[in-house]
Amino acid sequence: MDTRNSGGLEAEAPQYEAPRAKRRGSVRANVLTPYLFMVPYLILFTVFVLIPAFFGIWMSLHQWDYFAPVKEWVGFENFAELFTPGTITYELFWKSMAATGKFTLYSVPLLVVIPLIIALILNQKFRGQSFFRAMYFAPYVLGVAVIGILWRFLLDRNVGYVNYYLGQLGLPDSIAWTSALPWVWITLVGVTVWWTLGFNAVIYLAGLQDIDPALYDAAKVDGANRWQRFWHVTLPGLRPVLLFVITVTILASANMFGQSYLLTEGGPGEATQTAVMYIAEEGLRNYRMGSAAAMSYVLAFFLVVISILNFVFLRQKGQ
Amino acid sequence: MDIEQPVNRNFTRREFLSVGAMAGAGLVIMSGCGGSTGPQTGGGGGAGYSGPSVELDFWNGLTGGDGPYMVKLIERFNSQNENIKVKMSAIEWDVFYQKLPSAISVGRGPQIALMQSFYVPTFAARNIVMPLDDVAQSMGLKASDFTPAVWEAGAYEGQRYGIPLDVWPYALYYNKTVMEKGGLDPDKPPQTGDEFISALEQLKAEGIEGWWIEPTWPTVSWLFQSLIPQFGGSLFNEDLTEATINSEPNLEVLTWLTDIVGEGYSPKNVGTDTDDTAFQNDKDAFMWIGPWQINFWKQFKDLEWGVTTVPKVGAEKGTWAGSHNFVIPQQRNQDPNELQASKVFINWIGENSAEWAEAGQVPARESVRETQAFQSLKEQNVFAEELPYVHFSPKLPGFDDIDRNALAPALNQALLLTKEPESALDEANERANQLLKESRETYEG
Repeated sequence: MDTRNSGGLEAEAPQYEAPRAKRRGSVRANVLTPYLFMVPYLILFTVFVLIPAFFGIWMSLHQWDYFAPVKEWVGFENFAELFTPGTITYELFWKSMAATGKFTLYSVPLLVVIPLIIALILNQKFRGQSFFRAMYFAPYVLGVAVIGILWRFLLDRNVGYVNYYLGQLGLPDSIAWTSALPWVWITLVGVTVWWTLGFNAVIYLAGLQDIDPALYDAAKVDGANRWQRFWHVTLPGLRPVLLFVITVTILASANMFGQSYLLTEGGPGEATQTAVMYIAEEGLRNYRMGSAAAMSYVLAFFLVVISILNFVFLRQKGQ
Repeated sequence: MDIEQPVNRNFTRREFLSVGAMAGAGLVIMSGCGGSTGPQTGGGGGAGYSGPSVELDFWNGLTGGDGPYMVKLIERFNSQNENIKVKMSAIEWDVFYQKLPSAISVGRGPQIALMQSFYVPTFAARNIVMPLDDVAQSMGLKASDFTPAVWEAGAYEGQRYGIPLDVWPYALYYNKTVMEKGGLDPDKPPQTGDEFISALEQLKAEGIEGWWIEPTWPTVSWLFQSLIPQFGGSLFNEDLTEATINSEPNLEVLTWLTDIVGEGYSPKNVGTDTDDTAFQNDKDAFMWIGPWQINFWKQFKDLEWGVTTVPKVGAEKGTWAGSHNFVIPQQRNQDPNELQASKVFINWIGENSAEWAEAGQVPARESVRETQAFQSLKEQNVFAEELPYVHFSPKLPGFDDIDRNALAPALNQALLLTKEPESALDEANERANQLLKESRETYEG
């Protein structure tokens, strides 16, 4: 990493002056100002996040169909059903949770490591650097519908380009990428990594550029090699960024919907039906919103626990 | 195409404020909406409308090639009826069925909607659409003008909820180029199960996989429902209280289908819509599908194809069919003028449905099927020929749920050859019975 010319940045860092004594009366205004700026967001947050989040609890305690004149109070029955083996809801829900878990387990490590490697490469100075940065980010700007339909055609067993070119190379050309195990998982994970790695890479890149170059210089003076500099300077410097990337990637993977919906249609059978897919099905297509709400809370519970664990393990010491 | 999406509708200032107020009171709209009015029924005839000017929203799922035909019909209707203005919104069916109830529950639903027949019982049981017996009566509609099976598909529990517009049975399309390549007579498509299999066998000898079976919902489910009546099978018992999905005739059908994949007459793991691609590119000889495919094939000038009635594979001829039904959603405050105008519209479209037939469908009314305009549509008449032996999906509220979560996964896995037909159907049957129990609680509890 080239750090020779950037030492000067330190010296140019702005010097903060001690605030002068304020005029009387403006103190109150200063206290309120940040909140006033937040009002528009808070209104949206309240209406679209806070109220639904709490209202959902109320829904989950009912046999809830928003069109039915009477919503029957069922207490914790919707939750109990999710923990009663033998019912179809139990079977399909936990199957979908397991599918979600599998997808998260397969995709998160790749989405944490690969973008980091790419960010490290893109952080070097070389010709065409901006071009490659744009290229890696490009798939991310496409909507899930676009990448879903694109890859469904490319990966089709019988008429897709991928199998066609594999055949041209003398490789197996009848792989059912979108309708047979284990290929469906390779497809879903592969497409998701290709699609979203640009986002994580950009976050890493920003994090890398935030690391004080003086630290690298100091490490070099102390005789640290490339690997040691990465391990002792880069990684610790990226810790808050890493925490953010891991948390956000886990949440995104656990909420996966579009890729399964479009590429594999939840199949074969319902092997790749994710939790969010099944919740949407239960609530919006089968009109059992109470049950769907209960499922959402179970899923949310898992995500909260994982996020807390993640936070505890990666939190910077002394913070 | 000037199909308007409802989201683009401009709000007036007052409407905007009222929506905002409702959103603010979030809890209130969710709990206070819908259903409170109870069933309402309309009166009056479908002959004419002379009241004040009304604007009617008409929602449907005609996002495909048939949409423009409906738009053309509506434009003609609007020009002939100066005090009724119908605005059509086409919303993907899948989204339509979710959007319609929520729109109605906040009082922003359309005055008229079109619905696939197999959803009518669910929406009737949920009290989202109005009973239309008196509407049908005052419009002078008689069962005798519709084929009984088609007319019955719009009724639920002895009441009429849907006015059938058309009917779309499954039939057999064949690619003449591929048949010739395989040494078959392109003017003699197979008419029986044996002829069909021997045709596939001959194609296979020429290295052609002759029938690409798409193993995904909904087409696989409709194919299965086309075949089981031929073998005397059904999905449920007579009074729809118990699933009979794993019955002997159904197993026979599924085994027949999986053997076609197993024998290599169909490629394995056919992806959604790739059977279209194969047929269109002269790779696939046969396709069992509905009349909506007619105009799709017609746009390919080099494609040599024909369509014939489904082969008789079992003991008797039979095929699955669906139908588009007009429904009138429940309104919190039903405007009698709007209702009257809606009837005029529904009646007018029905009478002019020969033009709609150009979009590919077969008109539900016999009087329209007898017109010169319809008689001249060669392919559509093949589908009309099947009317005496069409079978509709079970008229069961929540059938969609069972179809997608019990039947389709079983058919999917059996046709992917990852599960034996017998165990697949057994599992589907067990699930269907559980879902049946749940839906009874939902719709009757």
